[in-house]
Amino acid sequence: MIFKRYRSASLILLWLAPVCFLALFYFYPMVSILTLSLARSQGGLLTPFISALTSPITWRVLSFTFWQAILSTLLTLAVGLPGAYLISHYDFRGKGLLQALTGIPFLMPTLVVAAAFNALLGPNGWLNLGLKRGFGLTSPPIHFSNTLIAILIAHVFYNTTIIIRMVGDFWSHVDPRLGQAARMLGANRWQAIRRVTLPILTPAIAAAALLVFIFDFTSFGVILILGGPRFATLEVEIYYQTISLFNLPMAAVLAIIQLLCTLGLTIFYTRLIRRLSIPLALKSHQVTQRRLTSPRARLVAGTIIILLFALLILPLAALAIRSVIRLEPNRGEQTVMSPGFTLDFYRALFTNSSQSIFYASPSTAIAVSLGYALATTTLALLLGIPAALALARDDSSPVSHSLDAMLMLPLGTSAVTLGLGFIVALDKPPLDLRSSWLLVPLAHTLVAFPFVVRNLTPALRSIRPRIRQAAAVLGASPGSVFQHIDLPLIARSLLVAAAFAFTISLGEFGATSLIARPEYPTVPIAIYRLFSRPGDINYGQALALSTILMVVAGAGMLIIDRMRIGDVGEF
Amino acid sequence: MKTKLVYLLVAITMFVSACSPAAGSPTSTSTAQRTLIVMTHDSFAASKSVISAFETANNIKLQFIASGDAGTALNKAILAKDNPFADVFYGVDNTFLSRALTESIFQPYNSPILTDIPAQYKQDPQNNALPVDWGDVCLNYDMQYFSNHNIAPPQNLEDLLKPEYKNMLVVENPATSSPGLAFLLATIGHFGTGKYLDYWRGLVANNVQVVNDWETAYYTNFSRWGGDRPIVVSYNSSPAFEVVGSKTPVSAPETAVITSDGSCFRQIEFVGILHGTKNLDLAEKWVDFMLSTTFQEDIPLQMYVFPVNPAAKLDATFQKFLAIPQNPAYVSPDDIAANRESWINAWTDTVLR
Repeated sequence: MIFKRYRSASLILLWLAPVCFLALFYFYPMVSILTLSLARSQGGLLTPFISALTSPITWRVLSFTFWQAILSTLLTLAVGLPGAYLISHYDFRGKGLLQALTGIPFLMPTLVVAAAFNALLGPNGWLNLGLKRGFGLTSPPIHFSNTLIAILIAHVFYNTTIIIRMVGDFWSHVDPRLGQAARMLGANRWQAIRRVTLPILTPAIAAAALLVFIFDFTSFGVILILGGPRFATLEVEIYYQTISLFNLPMAAVLAIIQLLCTLGLTIFYTRLIRRLSIPLALKSHQVTQRRLTSPRARLVAGTIIILLFALLILPLAALAIRSVIRLEPNRGEQTVMSPGFTLDFYRALFTNSSQSIFYASPSTAIAVSLGYALATTTLALLLGIPAALALARDDSSPVSHSLDAMLMLPLGTSAVTLGLGFIVALDKPPLDLRSSWLLVPLAHTLVAFPFVVRNLTPALRSIRPRIRQAAAVLGASPGSVFQHIDLPLIARSLLVAAAFAFTISLGEFGATSLIARPEYPTVPIAIYRLFSRPGDINYGQALALSTILMVVAGAGMLIIDRMRIGDVGEF
Repeated sequence: MKTKLVYLLVAITMFVSACSPAAGSPTSTSTAQRTLIVMTHDSFAASKSVISAFETANNIKLQFIASGDAGTALNKAILAKDNPFADVFYGVDNTFLSRALTESIFQPYNSPILTDIPAQYKQDPQNNALPVDWGDVCLNYDMQYFSNHNIAPPQNLEDLLKPEYKNMLVVENPATSSPGLAFLLATIGHFGTGKYLDYWRGLVANNVQVVNDWETAYYTNFSRWGGDRPIVVSYNSSPAFEVVGSKTPVSAPETAVITSDGSCFRQIEFVGILHGTKNLDLAEKWVDFMLSTTFQEDIPLQMYVFPVNPAAKLDATFQKFLAIPQNPAYVSPDDIAANRESWINAWTDTVLR
């Protein structure tokens, strides 16, 4: 009895900070804006619900939202799982670089991604340019933007790294002898995968796939810019109803539908994971990874690397090249382009030719972005670690299950609704944050925090409880159990979680654009400002700054990947 | 026990840091200096020298809240109207004006400078919202394309229905884009509510392309920038900015504007003093300042739109390449507010389905 009471007291303490944070900066603003919106309905509370649910547009949008999210998630798994296999099973030169490069797309703002695909596949992209020149065509043969294909490819481009990192990281610690034993006992390759490897990996795959699905489900920028006017997700429709039509009751109902879908998904997921989680003896890299020695292994690895390169790295490279190559039609002969190397766009970035009060040099924008990212990572880890610990220690009580599901809600929330919620709710001292810079790291943390929890919980759950119990029996306090048992075992997952939090903050655009202070623009905001002005010098500068963001992001990823090879991550 | 303490500390620091009013609070600078907070959209810009001139003259600090597009910024101001956190709102245009006036977020101010401003820009007789700048959304075309192909460029909206201009036009979606909505309003103003859909049916037959935002239309699809569409919905200022914003000095723009009667739609942006301001005297001074020639002459090169004050002088190069439509199409702010949704829905059904 005493032990039990002690357990629940410690659980409450663990939950205190995360729950307070969510209550104050998520639920309070959301409830405020939703009630205010619904109260504006002229025909009573039910009217907006009825008109939303009877409108064919709602159903069309809802089914498209699900349909494209399912397709995108499956495609992302199809690309990401081989990638996860590659990095978890083989050790080869350039692996760290490959991992860092495949992580860059995840943090690119949508405008940059659209520009990247345009540089590769657009009417004047490298591919069309080459085909036109090679075959003497007058019009571009490939039509990429404003198609469903564009949406799907962009989603794969964005989210593959989630699968590679979350599944690959877990997979790299699974004892290969389990599969080998199955083979020894007479199972064929397929049976060994189906009966041994897959069940072990399922929690990690499910966790990663769920995150990917939620991102695809609430996709906004990709649908708007690359998908074009014929496609709308719930998120796009909420934006349209809120901003263009100011039909707040309708927007509120759609936001509630989106939230319920997310909640349903996460409840389904937490149920699934409870049945599937298996405590494992996690193994070190040395045991699980091989060098690429056999020709067959080389062929497999080569194929996967080429696939990842083509899908994730080529568009970014196309953009980077466009930022140093001047490509304008030769005056007088429209179809011939004259490429030439130039650093003019980079030079222009560092001069405030317009004398604007809001001019921020790239170094200022990078410093602002790094500052916010650091604050976000700290906050997300401080909130995420206790929440993950609580979830891992108590996976049976209904309280724990509902809290688990609720943690994910911010990911499934429309940015414009939450942004307006901040304005409505956080408006009285001491919490008048409406014009404060603090809103930015707070909003970023709401998005990063679920990532931290999703990354840490599987790792914490797979620690065999007997190790903890042994430590406790030998006289270790709960604190020192965490310090000497849990922490070393989850150090790698912790780094992955921190990397996610950091990069999410670096690349976040949607929420930031609603709350950032104009004199402190983040890099994505600065890029957006440049894109929205006419003239080649502005477009070129936007590409140059995007390239800088890519390099900074890639360097950050590399450092994180390097760091963990040293002292931590040995099991 | 140690970890628990840590968590408690974390919780406490979080609350303290969240509650500390230091950041963003107006009173943090010097002792007697007051702060005027101006709420606006993310396209707002002004020269440093102009802003500091105002700050020094009045011994105040200006703070700008400039996040979100024009619609988002206005929605924020409306939702905060019972407890406003700004003194002035700038950036509501004539397509959103009715929303601002219906929600009565502004208080009237009869600025003395208003007498200098031409009547065509004043859309609110009560002067809750005072005009600051204007810009026309018009069709732009790639001159090089038409000369290379020996085709005469189109002269007006009707021309776009002709077979020789098939596959040439790219427009923005009025549901998601401000120039897209403005161009739809131009066709409504020009052809009338009964006939504009017929016009759009004709454009669809001529294979008009629709994209969601100006950036995509201009930088991806417009032939000037490598696309395959030589006619695009943009602003009447775009050619001039092609010259000003060019990397290499060019003597003349490569694009031109169609300015025939009724082919453009004029967007006018307004400023207003928010109800509940505690700095009414400063707010009035700021509004006067925005209408004065100092600020008005700064507008074009910072915000790519034009001053309403006729006394403001335009940059010479700029003026040289500027085409101004004499009779843009007109739809009243009240009509826009009343029909925005049904017009956009009808357009969507006609053009996209």
